[in-house]
Amino acid sequence: MNRAFVLLMAAAASLPAQVASNPVTFERMLNAAKEPQNWLNYSGGYMSQRHSPLVQITPQNVKNLEQQWVFQARSLEKFEATPLVVDGIMYTVQAPNDVVALDPVSGRVFWTYSYSPSPLSRPCCGRVNRGVAIAGDTLFMGTIDAHLVAVDAKSGRPLWDTAVAKPEVGYAITHAPLVIKDKVIVGVAGGEYGIRGFISAYDVKTGKEAWRFNTIPGPGEAGHETWKGDSWKTGGASVWVTGSYDADLNLTYWGIGNAGPDYNGDVREGDNLYSSSVVALDADTGKIKWHYQFSPHDEFDYDAVQVPVLADIIWKGVPRRVMLWANRNGFFYVLDRATGQFLLGKPFVEVNWANGFDEKGRPMRVAGKVPTAEGTLIFPGNQGGTNWYSPSFSPHTGLFYIPTWANYSSLYIKADAEYEEGRRFMGTSPRSLIGGANGGASKVNTRKENEGYGAVRAIDPATGERKWEFKMNDVTDAGILTTASDVLFSGGREGYFYALDARTGELLWRANVGGAVAAGPMSYAINGRQYVAISAGNSLFVYALKE
Amino acid sequence: MSRILLLLFVGASITLEAQHSYTPADIAEGGRLFRVNCVLCHGPEGDQIPGIDLGHGKFRQTYSEEALIKIIENGIPGTAMPPHNLQDFQAGTIVGYLRTVATAGRTVSGNGNAARGKAVFEGKGGCTGCHRVGATGSRTGPDLSDVGSQRRAVEIEESVLDPDAEILPQNRSYRVITKSGDTITGRLLNIDSFTVQLLDSKERLLSFPKTSLREAAFIDKSPMPSYRDKLSSQELADLIAYLVSLKGI
Repeated sequence: MNRAFVLLMAAAASLPAQVASNPVTFERMLNAAKEPQNWLNYSGGYMSQRHSPLVQITPQNVKNLEQQWVFQARSLEKFEATPLVVDGIMYTVQAPNDVVALDPVSGRVFWTYSYSPSPLSRPCCGRVNRGVAIAGDTLFMGTIDAHLVAVDAKSGRPLWDTAVAKPEVGYAITHAPLVIKDKVIVGVAGGEYGIRGFISAYDVKTGKEAWRFNTIPGPGEAGHETWKGDSWKTGGASVWVTGSYDADLNLTYWGIGNAGPDYNGDVREGDNLYSSSVVALDADTGKIKWHYQFSPHDEFDYDAVQVPVLADIIWKGVPRRVMLWANRNGFFYVLDRATGQFLLGKPFVEVNWANGFDEKGRPMRVAGKVPTAEGTLIFPGNQGGTNWYSPSFSPHTGLFYIPTWANYSSLYIKADAEYEEGRRFMGTSPRSLIGGANGGASKVNTRKENEGYGAVRAIDPATGERKWEFKMNDVTDAGILTTASDVLFSGGREGYFYALDARTGELLWRANVGGAVAAGPMSYAINGRQYVAISAGNSLFVYALKE
Repeated sequence: MSRILLLLFVGASITLEAQHSYTPADIAEGGRLFRVNCVLCHGPEGDQIPGIDLGHGKFRQTYSEEALIKIIENGIPGTAMPPHNLQDFQAGTIVGYLRTVATAGRTVSGNGNAARGKAVFEGKGGCTGCHRVGATGSRTGPDLSDVGSQRRAVEIEESVLDPDAEILPQNRSYRVITKSGDTITGRLLNIDSFTVQLLDSKERLLSFPKTSLREAAFIDKSPMPSYRDKLSSQELADLIAYLVSLKGI
């Protein structure tokens, strides 16, 4: 038993059945690792490592996990939310936009806040939500009709409701917001509708907009020249996964989605900043400090919509504050998070659209590997080598873990695209040359092995070398959780939730949850007992060691 | 009942003529269904849409009770009135409830001043000690941020003067005594065969396995005092005017 857990047990012993409740301050968020019993934001801390310091569940005893309870959502939509656990209360979102407060021991509901999205909302890829954020006693939820709603964490009553953007134009909010200091930050989805993306911050008390960063620079702003003509007005560059934050640098990092139209770049000649990039913004003002573009002039829908994972590692013998990034475009990156300097780029899956990087980190394109009217086979395919599924970094093993689509390709076909407000603006749609390993759960026994496969791949960030792989038959939309006891939790479309040895990739335990896992696992503790939670199918499942 | 209301009700009988009889329980159920299905657009008094006053039989044209039931069920195509998945009897209880609306009179003047009522709410009335409006006040009692969009003035008045007369299920008080001897009271949020969930008097969300409890029971009386003799009739009118003005965000 390590020290963190001993402390946790000691604290629990002095408390009654329930845990004392304190407002979630910025200070608490900064020190989230000091309260391992809680899970205070989407990725379990500002570094977004999705790593739990809890150690009660170990590689040795994980086989004794048993289901504690199930929460069945009153929704047939994918359950993509990661719950929060704050001082003995769990908060999650039932799709599309119902906030639910639960007892994390029994799974019984304290309250439900139901938001009714506008019938004009049209999120591209499911009426989904990935979770809430908290500040003080207030929860924040983005909605599929592009509102940001504040809800009292104790009563479930709405406090304010701010319209962030127009749903009828294609805007939506699907990710969990990020709270920094007195601001709650969200970005807008809609990259398939010809939106102009942005990230914006709102006062946690009033919902008043504090700043806005346009992910496509307007006239007079640096980067505007990377868009031809008026294409910047409908260029996409959406945001649909939660960002990260470095308090020392006061920078918040966000991954930006594809340029639009997705598969036909003719109307938007240029690099199309800041599509398919990571941006580092001043958390107080929203001003850009640096950016790195993973896929200049993207025509493969290679959203850089991944969680920016921050890590402090030894880089070439020197401690360095870096950002680890497995991108949808098939490359694993290490960037300096203070400056954006490109340190490493290496494929973690099969890649045929680029064959390396120049000295500044710009990918070197392979001639002819572009969408055409006849179709071009590109690795990785449309869903990417990975996608929005949360990766994990374990400071304990030093490894970076990627939910991976391996050996996966799509035939990219180009067609004309004409912008019409509120309609899809994509320039056709890629297809699988072999079968149908695109979006959505596969029907039973319709996939072929050569369509590719899902995997958890463990990468050494210092080299980009793969340390091990856990292969699945089907592909995966599941995030990854690691713990300080070196247990890794993940799942996949097959409907298994499982535990691996984080050092070796050995399968240690699995449970059939009966529906695809399309969410990230998280862990929490109540009264000294560690739990692991995973949303799967239409339900939320919670496990703990058998008592 | 004021004379004006009485006159209105006589007029309403043309369109809300009793064709069925409903028991008080049916009418209560009709009120519940009205709040769930109708209040969002029509308002708690049924008069939120210009030209329509459901409680006083004022429609854009004359309808029989049967026709009203069909309208509730099927909606009115081409208008904002949507269909509702209700059976004839359920829709009928809504009509039955609406028939009672005009007869339920207020004892306190309707000429209150909402601004003065806010001062009563936050000052002399001490209401924020238990109730919350927006981000102000306690969560131990029902949140009143949108009470004016949910409840009729007459119902609010009854709650202020006679808090025990009607306590909605979600506002019931509950007391548990744990096996270790702690007594905890609060608003019951959820209960099942094995567990109890409360928001307690310290505003904590608490969940108990019943096996950890020595006793568990509803508290029949509302923790709220009657304000019948605590406020002047003008203060009461002001307070109700304020509460009616609370429409949520």
